[in-house]
Amino acid sequence: MTVLKLPTLGAAKRSPKHQRLNKIAYLLLALMAFLSVFPFYWMFVVASNGSDEISKIPPTLIPGPRFLKVVADVYSVVPFNQALINTAIVGIVVAVSQVLFSALAGFAFAKLSFRGRKFMILFVIGTMMLPSQLGIIPLFMLISKAGWFDTLTALIVPALVTAFGVFWMRQIIDAQVPNELLEAASIDGASVPRVYWSVVLPIIRQSAFVLGLFSFLATWNDFLWPGLVLSSPQNFTAQIAVSQLKASYVLDYALNMGGAFMATAPLLLLFIFVGRKLVTGVMDGAVKG
Amino acid sequence: MSAVVESKPSKGGGVSKRPLTPWKAPKQSTVKPRKVNGIGSLNGNWAYLFTAPFFVMFLIFGLAPIIYSTYIAFFNWDPLAMGDQQFNGLENFQNLLTDSRFWIALGNTLDIWAMSTFPQMVISIGLAAILRSKFLKGATFWRTILLVPNITSVIAIAIVFGQLFGRDFGMVNMVLGWFGIPHVDFIEGTTSSHIAIATMITWRWAGYNALIFLASMLAIPDELYESAQLDGASAWQQFIYVTLPQLKNTITFVLIVGTIGGLQVFAEPLTLGGSMDGGSSRQFSTLTLFLYEQAFVNNKWGYAAAVGILITVIVLIVSLINFFITRRLAGEDTK
Repeated sequence: MTVLKLPTLGAAKRSPKHQRLNKIAYLLLALMAFLSVFPFYWMFVVASNGSDEISKIPPTLIPGPRFLKVVADVYSVVPFNQALINTAIVGIVVAVSQVLFSALAGFAFAKLSFRGRKFMILFVIGTMMLPSQLGIIPLFMLISKAGWFDTLTALIVPALVTAFGVFWMRQIIDAQVPNELLEAASIDGASVPRVYWSVVLPIIRQSAFVLGLFSFLATWNDFLWPGLVLSSPQNFTAQIAVSQLKASYVLDYALNMGGAFMATAPLLLLFIFVGRKLVTGVMDGAVKG
Repeated sequence: MSAVVESKPSKGGGVSKRPLTPWKAPKQSTVKPRKVNGIGSLNGNWAYLFTAPFFVMFLIFGLAPIIYSTYIAFFNWDPLAMGDQQFNGLENFQNLLTDSRFWIALGNTLDIWAMSTFPQMVISIGLAAILRSKFLKGATFWRTILLVPNITSVIAIAIVFGQLFGRDFGMVNMVLGWFGIPHVDFIEGTTSSHIAIATMITWRWAGYNALIFLASMLAIPDELYESAQLDGASAWQQFIYVTLPQLKNTITFVLIVGTIGGLQVFAEPLTLGGSMDGGSSRQFSTLTLFLYEQAFVNNKWGYAAAVGILITVIVLIVSLINFFITRRLAGEDTK
């Protein structure tokens, strides 16, 4: 506080009640909010107008009547419904498994006393610093050897539980579950699995849900690994299906943006319901570092 | 690494000594010291069972591939030559260091990283400072809408931004035209393509990071602001002398996480260019993109594995430099 010997005495009289948020602040926020959603709107505008309309100066800024036609075009190039189903299956399985195994291991790391705990958690964090593509070639070999090439299993199995999830759950359980509660439960004779099931899980269910959401989103949006291990159209995920549109035509913007919009719309819909939870999740994770 | 340290019982509660999470300091000292060893009454072998699924999966799909990758890096490994791989010692690494494509990729990666990281920090901290205000109306709405960019796939976004940055009909060029700036072929130029990619990254992460900064700003005790106000500090002075010093650990954290991610950037350039070479003159080829190109276009697995090892070394070096620089700068701020 020693830095604050400033001679502007008049300002001290201003009471906080009269401090209003500057109009410029709202303007900046509104600008950022506009920039945040504009690309989604633009996707729809281009997709619903067709490429010709976009190549005008100035371009059309409102949605046109051709969206359904673009949707039909997308379906004629890739089996998009199948892709959506595949993506949903992979996303849900990965999300559920991530939550389950991460919470289990996170609980052990946060609250149980066992030999080697400190070393193991340091080890987990250390590996999080390593670039993920470092092991991608052997992982590809492994998946091929296991006979999982061109199956959804190739996407699911390596993602069942990750160091990030375990670390995140450890931080959450450490912060949210009071030791006194666990001790009381164990004095009452509850076994460790019982404590986990009846005490820990109910407390952390909100955060566990958020972890599940993030896993789902990450799986939904991943495209490099699915692009490497999937080859037949009936196994494509939504992102791979979208990237096929680019390969099929020479830069048909309406078609590409139509596909992009169709692959994004389910997430936007989901976001309307869970956006606030995600915000809380990001901010919780932040405080825990 | 220091993230673990914060859960230790405080060694005297000094705020400046704890990395990453100073805002927890007052609460920490009241926590029982035995916490760090787990709860005494909850012990035994359950922990091994509970962590087993993770460790088994991690060993098979995380650690083993990394170790095997290091092994492959010393071979002239060709996936088509089944089972008969030639050991070539350090040749892959020697070749890499004289491979101009590697240096181009390294330069591009660092350029894109710098262009996306620093503007992003300014925008995120600025946004967080606005969001922090108690007088802000519709706080939840603003917070939520700023997170929207983060939930979408890079593929979808690259398609949109590719069009927006287009040479002839892109909206960015149209807006630049209003100011009398001639059309730029963003994708073809080196710096301009980096600007396009950095814009995509910034767009995606600025709101997310703003929430992280907001969380740690909300944890700054009100008394600090109150006494600053009594001393007559303006809003700007409060921001400079109260908020920023309190954020130093979060800034370090966001910078390091951003660096680890930023040095591995590939999704944006890959989808913007549509191929793994990173543009017609490799103008936006990045290190990771180069790795994938060698591995899955050229089938040079040994060479690609060597690239992976060099990326790891670079990530670790830059993270360390980052860490020490921000520590030093932040340390001076608080004195």
